[in-house]
Amino acid sequence: MSKPTNYTYNPLDLQLSEPLVFDASTLKRGEIIINMGPQHPSTHGVLRLEIITDGEIVKDVIPHMGYLHRCYEKHAEKLPYNQIIPYVDRMDYLGAMNSEHAYVMGVERMLGIDTDIPKRIEYIRVLVAELNRLASHFVAIGTYGLDIGAFTPFLWLMRDREHINRLLEWVSGARMLYNYIWVGGLYYDLPIGFEERCNDFIAYLKPKLIELQQVIIDNKIFIERTANIGVLPLDLAINYGITGPMLRGSGLKFDLRKVDAYSVYPEIEFDIPIGTGAMGTTGDCWDRTHVRVAECFESVKIIEQCLDQLLTDHKRTREFDPQALTPKKIRPKAMDFYARAENPKGELGFFFRTTGNTDVPFRCKVRAPSFVNLSVLQAISKNVMIADLVAIVGSFDIVMGEIDR
Amino acid sequence: MIQKFEEVKKAIIEQFGGEVVCAEYTNLMQPQLHVEAANIKEVCLFLRDDSRFFFDQLSCLSAVDTGVEKSKIEVIYHLYSIPFDVIFVLKIETERGDGVIEFAEVPSIVDVWRAADWHEREAFDMFGIKFSGHPDLRRILLPADWEGFPLRKDYVEQEFYHGIKVAY
Repeated sequence: MSKPTNYTYNPLDLQLSEPLVFDASTLKRGEIIINMGPQHPSTHGVLRLEIITDGEIVKDVIPHMGYLHRCYEKHAEKLPYNQIIPYVDRMDYLGAMNSEHAYVMGVERMLGIDTDIPKRIEYIRVLVAELNRLASHFVAIGTYGLDIGAFTPFLWLMRDREHINRLLEWVSGARMLYNYIWVGGLYYDLPIGFEERCNDFIAYLKPKLIELQQVIIDNKIFIERTANIGVLPLDLAINYGITGPMLRGSGLKFDLRKVDAYSVYPEIEFDIPIGTGAMGTTGDCWDRTHVRVAECFESVKIIEQCLDQLLTDHKRTREFDPQALTPKKIRPKAMDFYARAENPKGELGFFFRTTGNTDVPFRCKVRAPSFVNLSVLQAISKNVMIADLVAIVGSFDIVMGEIDR
Repeated sequence: MIQKFEEVKKAIIEQFGGEVVCAEYTNLMQPQLHVEAANIKEVCLFLRDDSRFFFDQLSCLSAVDTGVEKSKIEVIYHLYSIPFDVIFVLKIETERGDGVIEFAEVPSIVDVWRAADWHEREAFDMFGIKFSGHPDLRRILLPADWEGFPLRKDYVEQEFYHGIKVAY
């Protein structure tokens, strides 16, 4: 054991490391500066909001991030491509399979092996990614209900998410951070009996989703609480680079699974739900939650089709080795490459710069969907109530692990 | 992809003249156009508003430090056009500076796409690039009183931060 360090405390060490942006001396009469977070439960992790309030009204808000910064990009410059995958898991820890899928597809495209991947592997990838998308949306919808005072859906959704976590634990050995999708393949094939269990789960889940729709989306209290709150107009959303359910909530039918048609998504039938302003204005908090709930139904459709394929055309065989194509040395040619894919939160992008003579990326920048989505907060939460600010932040579905990286 | 790239390049040269374009990298999987750093804002504004392209979304803004020998910092813009489904990659290059007294400086494109706001703050945070014209250029992920810019290739972390030993 190493010797414990003796800290010498001097007063300068205790100064604020992140000073206030707003100046207290310029406030108007009646205005005060309030800090919300970083330990506030409704900020979804360690987000700190610095708010100017006038009574109950939010005059201005500035988010402070970085409390969960784990130097992903610095680590990525020191590690070979296959060893970065666990770090990718830890960015968006609620949708780790989706992040892995996006990352792995990027590296495979750089290596030029993306077209050689067997269909069975692709179907398994999409299957686990969609299961994880369901789990991620369950957390998003459940905690959002919690934020605005509905406790029941949270418990129901955590119960159903537990089934998904156990299924994915059976597949990969981990409940949340899987390291299951590898460059060129998978860690293992699906365990024997998984497809049947998954089918049982889908049969169980379908009525639960209708229950969910009734308890939260069609609930009058929920509608009155979220309709016309936090309206995000489409032009603003595009200018801010918003993607994912937030952009679709604002009424644009844009989903990278359709637009880029990566993996086996072109062979699968599913719809893209969008917000239409059915309960208020297009792009309000209700629309965003509605899109997420509707996407759960679509994910179930995708999972069913994947299971169907995995049980018929791309059946498990004795010779099937999911690690057969895994390269021993991952050494892409010298290039710049930007790979993107649809995560539960939006477009997850990886920018790689490779030098061609090492198996370590020269630079690996992440375009995190939550990071970009959160940046619009200041623009749409002027002159709202403090309680509505909580509803707006909740409807963004941010994950601090991904924002701070 | 390459066809669209040539089309966009031609339009840029028509609009601003050939001297704006420094180099092009067409043998890559995603071709890049290297333009003058001083003109980046006008080029971006033109590409956003021109009805032939409508690059209405800034997908990603990444900074790359090329290291001490080459002594350049590159900023790479991935523009995306939702109506035409095209990605276009712009690149600018600037002197690296030492990150202590001299800083790399490039024009900010916040006025073109608000999405650039936090991306540029992140680039400033990690590389010490000054984006001139940015309304609120502060550190974003690291604490405000952190010393140095961690993603520069010659970065050495500070010894103590608020009395806490940094190296572990």
